[in-house]
Amino acid sequence: MTLTADDVKKIAHLARLGINQQDIASYTHDLSGMLELMTQMGETNTNDIMPMAHPMDQQQRLRADEVTESDNRNNFQAIAPQVEEGLYLVPKVIE
Amino acid sequence: MHNKSIKELAVGLRSGEFSSMELTQTFLNRIKQHQSLNCFISVTEDLALQAAQRADVKIAKGDASLLTGIPIAQKDIFCTQGVKTSCGSKMLDNFISPYNATVVEKLNSAGAVMLGKLNMDEFAMGSSNETSYYGAVKNPWHTDSVPGGSSGGSAAAVAARLSVCATGTDTGGSIRQPAAHCGITGLKPTYGRVSRYGMIAYASSLDQGGPMARSAEDAAILMQAMAGFDHKDSTSVDMPVPDYQVGLANEIKGLTIGLPKEFFGDGLSNNVATVIEKAIQVYRDMGAIVKEVSMPNLKLAIPAYYVIAPAECSANLSRFDGVRFGYRCAYPQDLTDLYTRSRGEAFGKEVKRRILMGTYALSAGYYDAYYIKAQKIRRLISEDFKKALAEVDVIMGPVTPSTAFGIGEKIGNPIEMYLSDIYTIAINLAGLPAMSIPAGFAEGKPVGLQVIGNYFTEDRLLNIAHKYQQVTDWHQRSPKGFE
Repeated sequence: MTLTADDVKKIAHLARLGINQQDIASYTHDLSGMLELMTQMGETNTNDIMPMAHPMDQQQRLRADEVTESDNRNNFQAIAPQVEEGLYLVPKVIE
Repeated sequence: MHNKSIKELAVGLRSGEFSSMELTQTFLNRIKQHQSLNCFISVTEDLALQAAQRADVKIAKGDASLLTGIPIAQKDIFCTQGVKTSCGSKMLDNFISPYNATVVEKLNSAGAVMLGKLNMDEFAMGSSNETSYYGAVKNPWHTDSVPGGSSGGSAAAVAARLSVCATGTDTGGSIRQPAAHCGITGLKPTYGRVSRYGMIAYASSLDQGGPMARSAEDAAILMQAMAGFDHKDSTSVDMPVPDYQVGLANEIKGLTIGLPKEFFGDGLSNNVATVIEKAIQVYRDMGAIVKEVSMPNLKLAIPAYYVIAPAECSANLSRFDGVRFGYRCAYPQDLTDLYTRSRGEAFGKEVKRRILMGTYALSAGYYDAYYIKAQKIRRLISEDFKKALAEVDVIMGPVTPSTAFGIGEKIGNPIEMYLSDIYTIAINLAGLPAMSIPAGFAEGKPVGLQVIGNYFTEDRLLNIAHKYQQVTDWHQRSPKGFE
């Protein structure tokens, strides 16, 4: 399976990931190479195999619905790029 | 002082032969002296000296653990409160963590003295430490060679005696492969044994933290402090932690060792194979029984891993968006521009490659063909191990197909770099524990023997490694210039 430069641009957009114009050719080449490697998986019949998402096949653990954390907002916002009155600032979304 | 084991240092600290302040200063001086190895991203000198002072008080009061006052270093993937936690990325170059990882919390409360934060491949994605925003780490055995990765700073620092021991993390071999390339002892625990809370996520179903040290005995002591259930990590396993030291010297006569023929086929360098065969002979001489086993699906581990790990990485790294912490681009035009440019400017090429791969594998129309298929293959690989480990106690083989390669040699060919992970990644897919033990040299560079055990048999693996280290001295060799 080979990707095109347009495929790579589309994937980068889905990932909200800026990539340099001059790197697109090498990403296209590398990703196509990875997909080529993955075609090996197709040679093995896995029809009756259950997908394995987790090494321990563990169930999601539940906990009691109790407050355990205190308010850390100031602490967490101290490292934010831009905040005002307890809010994270981003460029205006609605005019 | 810098060549002593943790136990020897603990004796010295208690007898008053030296203080933790003196010991810590010795290591801080060595770090400065060997700065050119580029092992550390941050050296926390003031914090280390304060911690050493507290440790000396504790030791004087008789209120100390084996790790109290022992200088260690943390891989820069573990969040450390008030200290920069970069994960080897420009994205987090300005990130001062507001909290501690559980592993950091545990080692701090054991009284260990943190010297600083260790260099690593960006977001733990790499096998050579060359993808770090802070530059490549040099292998102390051969400074033109890579130390391996992603825990390359950890392995190089322990090998060069810049820290007594260190933490590492292993998603596809990131503890074992650098341990092998730098001639130290590394343990990747069973998935769920060591808390992942505060350990920056790469591929959550594969990531596991573990100890890196010169000997199995030191690794056992460090592991004791790191392991255990943590309610803050939803995948942490609630099982008692055994005493990792008590069984270290147990007899291994009658141990059955499985050698998978797939680990010794094409691609393995002859020189590495010779070292591994000699190491296995040492076990035979100690009374172990060696059998051949088979891992028919091993070669599928690479494609399955390079679907699953990038898929999980693309989801995990979506949190780095320039809004709440980390890097933000200058003058964003709109919200999409803010996300796209912040991520584009702050992630390196390997991280981008994996985000792209993962995004593609998870996108509509391809999910079943790649992601579900890879998870089915993952089960087949896990079943292969289950079958083999029903026949034998442990599996042994090489950690890597060749010794450490040159800096710059493979970075231009990512696929070739991925293929060199062939002997380590299957273990992460299965979630099993495995160790790398120094087993000798080929072309003047260290070679690691891999020992793979059943779930939660870290105590047995440490015992098997320790017995080998009782009759060999590979783990005590120092690289030239670092004696």
